[in-house]
Amino acid sequence: MQQRDFTIRELELKANDIRQSIIAMLLEAGSGHTAGPLGMADVFTALYFELLRHDPQNPSWEERDRLVLSNGHICPVLYATMAHVGYFPVAELQTLRKFGSRLQGHPHRDFLPYLENSSGPLGSGLSQAVGMAIGDRMDNGIATARTIYCLLGDGELDEGNNWEAIMLGGKEKLHNLIAIVDRNNIQIDGYTEDIMPLDSLTEKWQSFNWHVQEIDGNNMQAIIDAVNKAKAVFEKPSVIIARTIPGKGVKEFERKFEWHGKTPNKEEAAIALEELRTLGGKIKSEHQ
Amino acid sequence: MLNPDLKLNIKIFSDDVEQVPIRKGFGAGLVQGGESNKNIVALCADLTESTQMNFFKAKFPERFVEIGVAEQNLATVASGLAAMGKYPFFSSYAMFSPGRNWEQIRTTICYNDRPAVIVGSHAGVSVGPDGGTHQAIEDIALMRVLPRMTVISPCDAIQAKKATLALSANPRIAYLRLAREKTPIITTEDTPFEIGKGQILYRPDGLAQVAIVATGGLVANALRAANDLDKKGVKVIVANIHTIKPIDTDLLVQLAKETKAIVSVEEHQIAGGLGSAIAETLAKTYPVAMEFIGVQDRFGQSGTPQELIEKYGMGTDAIIAAVLKIIERK
Repeated sequence: MQQRDFTIRELELKANDIRQSIIAMLLEAGSGHTAGPLGMADVFTALYFELLRHDPQNPSWEERDRLVLSNGHICPVLYATMAHVGYFPVAELQTLRKFGSRLQGHPHRDFLPYLENSSGPLGSGLSQAVGMAIGDRMDNGIATARTIYCLLGDGELDEGNNWEAIMLGGKEKLHNLIAIVDRNNIQIDGYTEDIMPLDSLTEKWQSFNWHVQEIDGNNMQAIIDAVNKAKAVFEKPSVIIARTIPGKGVKEFERKFEWHGKTPNKEEAAIALEELRTLGGKIKSEHQ
Repeated sequence: MLNPDLKLNIKIFSDDVEQVPIRKGFGAGLVQGGESNKNIVALCADLTESTQMNFFKAKFPERFVEIGVAEQNLATVASGLAAMGKYPFFSSYAMFSPGRNWEQIRTTICYNDRPAVIVGSHAGVSVGPDGGTHQAIEDIALMRVLPRMTVISPCDAIQAKKATLALSANPRIAYLRLAREKTPIITTEDTPFEIGKGQILYRPDGLAQVAIVATGGLVANALRAANDLDKKGVKVIVANIHTIKPIDTDLLVQLAKETKAIVSVEEHQIAGGLGSAIAETLAKTYPVAMEFIGVQDRFGQSGTPQELIEKYGMGTDAIIAAVLKIIERK
């Protein structure tokens, strides 16, 4: 199992490394999504380096927690985090989206068996996580030690399949299930509240009998605290609405929906990497 | 005459042949399969009794999940259960599952490689009075295009039970097609069943001129047509293709070589169903003339099953006419 002796500061720096990997792999791939992966780097870091029960040296360990990524298009952050935590070499990230790569444009278990699910078509990850949580409870009862996580985007909450899953999760009182919504307020065509208003998300989930927390999804301590609190909730599934800044870490990309589905060119990537290496100009990087 | 090796129901041509809905065999099979395979779980979308899942639910309540009227969730929750080592059977009307949740089946079950069985009950126009919205006549096509999918369409309730048991014993991704209406019992408990193996049910004395290749509830009509034709001196083989994918290529090639004329029979659109699968197979192995009995690019409507089978050209007379037509073409 993963060592968990990182300080918050160390985790923040890992997230920063992961963001740099995301920029590098997207530049090399030439297509893919930028805003979501950068925005979710802190959540992925908290999960893989601190919160998940898993073992990168033994990926099929039966007692592991399960992590379902529903919005498969943010897979650069999944791949980068998995590489940094030791599932495969960081150098392999440069094969993203290339022919024969294990790192498919959207995650595919056939190519990368460490994944719990293949995804890309939106709206069906949470249902799979609900199924996993029910299956886990069938085997281990309500005192199960496993947690099933589902990461989903806010834009994909337009999909009706999600609300079917939310209803069933509430009905079944799946306390072994934690959903984390990337509430970054953007989707491909624009801002979520213009495309299809989602608020009040908190009230919606609460009315479906879920325990709801709203947090700053770019605050490492807040993420860890919220997940630990969710684990302590009994008789209800939990959702953490993680308010994140799309493109987080690169000022030129932040909060712009245009960066949802495009990748940086060489110049933009150089600016982004410079910003990340210097922590936004706060330090002089040794790489300079 | 009926193939003696298959130990078929000798009363099949009598007016008082026993008739049982095909779905009943599934209901009984799932309970028995669930006893020997503890990983089997069942999910239903508010049609537990209609799809005959109520028997499993009563016996194994802790292994049953009621999803509500939500077929997209039905397929995707099943995928999640399969990820935890369960072997889900999930049922609804075929029109809604796999009709409504095709993409979820493709991505979260097939692409994801999670063994699960989609049980589509009430397939075909023989659903009857409910009308065209509830008559799935496109489902074979939808399922057989999916990689990793096995497609099974049993000819009677006894075969449906055997198919369910065979699936229970060997987990895989499969579509099991069932019908609502009472259907004549063709096979017996002693009739062999093997997924992927077609069966020659009827063989005339002497050289056969045509092979009727049928699936599902219409196999009974195919047998009646062959029996009537036999009396008129027209020699016809009847084969039952209960597994549409993977299809029994060896049997089809054997029939094509022997008769040079195939009539496909199915309660499904002509496009994409059993007839298409046969044509695809024979076109690259041993091409012969074909006629297709099935729904001709139309939707169904309300009526009795018998009225609708006749209306859409799938009755015994229509099969006989197709046989005579293909003999003329030869």
